[in-house]
Amino acid sequence: MSILSGDSPRSRLLAAAIILLVLGLAIAPFAFSSARTMNTAAKILVFIVLVASYDLILGFAGIISFAHTMFFGIGAYGVAIAMSRMEPGWIALATGSVAALAVSAVLATIIGLFSLRVRTVFFAMITLAVATAFTTAASQLSDWTGGEDGISFKMPAIFQPSFRLFEQPVLGLNVNGRVLSYYFIFVCTIALFLLMLRIVNSPFGRVLQAIRENSFRAEAVGYRTIVYRTLANVLAAMFAACAGILMAIWLRYNGPDTTLSLEIMIDILLMTVIGGMGTLYGAIVGATLFMVAQTYLQDVMALVSGATGHIPLLSNIVHPDRWLLWLGVLFILSVYYFPQGIVGSLRDRAKR
Amino acid sequence: MVATPAPAAHATDDLPRRPVDWLPMALVPAVALIAIPFIGSPSTWLTLTIAGLAMGVIIFMISSGLMLVFGLMDVMNFGHGAFITLGAYVGLTIFAPLSVWIDSSNLALNLLVLTLGLLAAVVVAGAVGLVFDRVLIRPVYGNHLKQILITMGGFIVVEQLIRAIWGAEMVTLNIPAALRGSLFIGDAAIERYRILALVVGAGVFAAMLLILTKTRIGLQIRAGVEDRDMLEAMGYRTRHLFVAVFVAGAMLAGMGGLMWGLYQQNFTPAIGSQANVLIFIVIIIGGLGSTTGCMIAALLVGLTTNYTGFAEPKIALFSNILLMLLVLLWRPQGLYAVVNR
Repeated sequence: MSILSGDSPRSRLLAAAIILLVLGLAIAPFAFSSARTMNTAAKILVFIVLVASYDLILGFAGIISFAHTMFFGIGAYGVAIAMSRMEPGWIALATGSVAALAVSAVLATIIGLFSLRVRTVFFAMITLAVATAFTTAASQLSDWTGGEDGISFKMPAIFQPSFRLFEQPVLGLNVNGRVLSYYFIFVCTIALFLLMLRIVNSPFGRVLQAIRENSFRAEAVGYRTIVYRTLANVLAAMFAACAGILMAIWLRYNGPDTTLSLEIMIDILLMTVIGGMGTLYGAIVGATLFMVAQTYLQDVMALVSGATGHIPLLSNIVHPDRWLLWLGVLFILSVYYFPQGIVGSLRDRAKR
Repeated sequence: MVATPAPAAHATDDLPRRPVDWLPMALVPAVALIAIPFIGSPSTWLTLTIAGLAMGVIIFMISSGLMLVFGLMDVMNFGHGAFITLGAYVGLTIFAPLSVWIDSSNLALNLLVLTLGLLAAVVVAGAVGLVFDRVLIRPVYGNHLKQILITMGGFIVVEQLIRAIWGAEMVTLNIPAALRGSLFIGDAAIERYRILALVVGAGVFAAMLLILTKTRIGLQIRAGVEDRDMLEAMGYRTRHLFVAVFVAGAMLAGMGGLMWGLYQQNFTPAIGSQANVLIFIVIIIGGLGSTTGCMIAALLVGLTTNYTGFAEPKIALFSNILLMLLVLLWRPQGLYAVVNR
């Protein structure tokens, strides 16, 4: 089990679910032809990276950041800006990605050093403030970011929809640029996830968990908690930027609403909590469940809202635009009654 | 501070006085003076300064409650902004049927409708605050991580309910007629409403200081902020104290929310989450548990926002964060840190 860094799912049910999920995502382009399903599958992949990276700080380091979408956005904007300003090729993609990773690392270091010195609650407040300012800045500096409209851009030739890898369809599927981008994202997601699994199971990851459980004692044993926490923050930020890069590659577009909004931050929190904090596997379960629910539940809400149109307040409350209301309720309930999330509960059951 | 249960006012006279830390207090006039050369014209400077101070006292109103709650019980309420939004929208509902009084030029009628609005905002915000405390905060007491998560969830729910009830579009809140427009001091235009805000804000600050320093419950609150365990060991129930402070903080936020809504005039249900960011910056700058620190921080934020908004609008986005970073470099605990946790 060295590929999983010795950290197996530790529950047969969970292991089966994850194997099924990964297989499903692997054959998604062949099994489902609709663009909407492909889109959902790709988003699941991106959010697995994003949520796992968030779990790195929330679940393992025990600190709450509200700036995770900022780093997600930096990744996506890095690619978007580089691709729209330079010749849209591999060099631009690499430049944008490297620049985004560097900016994320520097920003995360500064934020960490400033706000983790005193108490971790400050970190939540400061990240929220910085992320809000960043979102405003991104929508105002329209010369660079395209403002509220965002940026559409071209991808290297083999990721373009018109590209064909083979003359003939394979197993009934035209292997075009979209399919290739999907598999590129698939491979990256698996690699990044395994890397994160490696990190949390390293001695560094163990120290983080020790700090989470009792920072005072960890400090007394001789670990500089601020150094470890800042480092965790930087790593999480860089993984989030990677997720942003993948998102930009898939959408060939980036704007404030796709990567920066507070709503996405709430989504990430919810996915992490529902999946199970501090497990990393929770990211896979949480992201999948959430994305499927988000795609198909809003249809249901629209139906219910239409059916209850004659009751004034009720139809407002079940209107698809009030989706976030139910998310909030779900979020509160899961923190109350389900604090270990799905993965934590499954593991508990397996232990018994 | 001596937390003796028996009143022993004369005994404290013999104790050496704690030296007053003047440096942070000098910051506000210092910032105002430094701004003069960047603004140029003195009349514009005066307009901006009054605007900044008015904004500052309103921010103080909405953030002081949260600061005390955090200082007293170590509870971080990320949903504090919900009370602000509630205050503004309740005011909207009260003002709507009374628009005749608002548009009348009779100052007494104007003030009456404003008082009614503020009262309603205070009552509703206080009631929701009580529910917030019982339903959301009490079960996760003592766990920071869960507190932040739960209160964030509560914030979303309240904000979404407000959107469902009042609509998500931008609304306009009219200032009562006699308070519209400006007074002129020389060339400097000073909006009447800002003067009113200054008066109300100064009143709230004074009342709060009086309650905290001159009454028994104030003594308990201050003692609790400094060392809660000791207060409990002396037999006081900090739980009751906490509920009182939490509800009072929610009320202040509701009141400040309406004042803030009138200051902005046009707003959406996002007014609370936008203010939340300002509140956090103020609390971090001010230091935990210090009312004076909170006021100074709020004034600093108000002033820098107005100065940079005029002189360099591009920097204005980050001016508050820069201010926060500078203060944290100087004093990592904030201007005055009363809490020793």
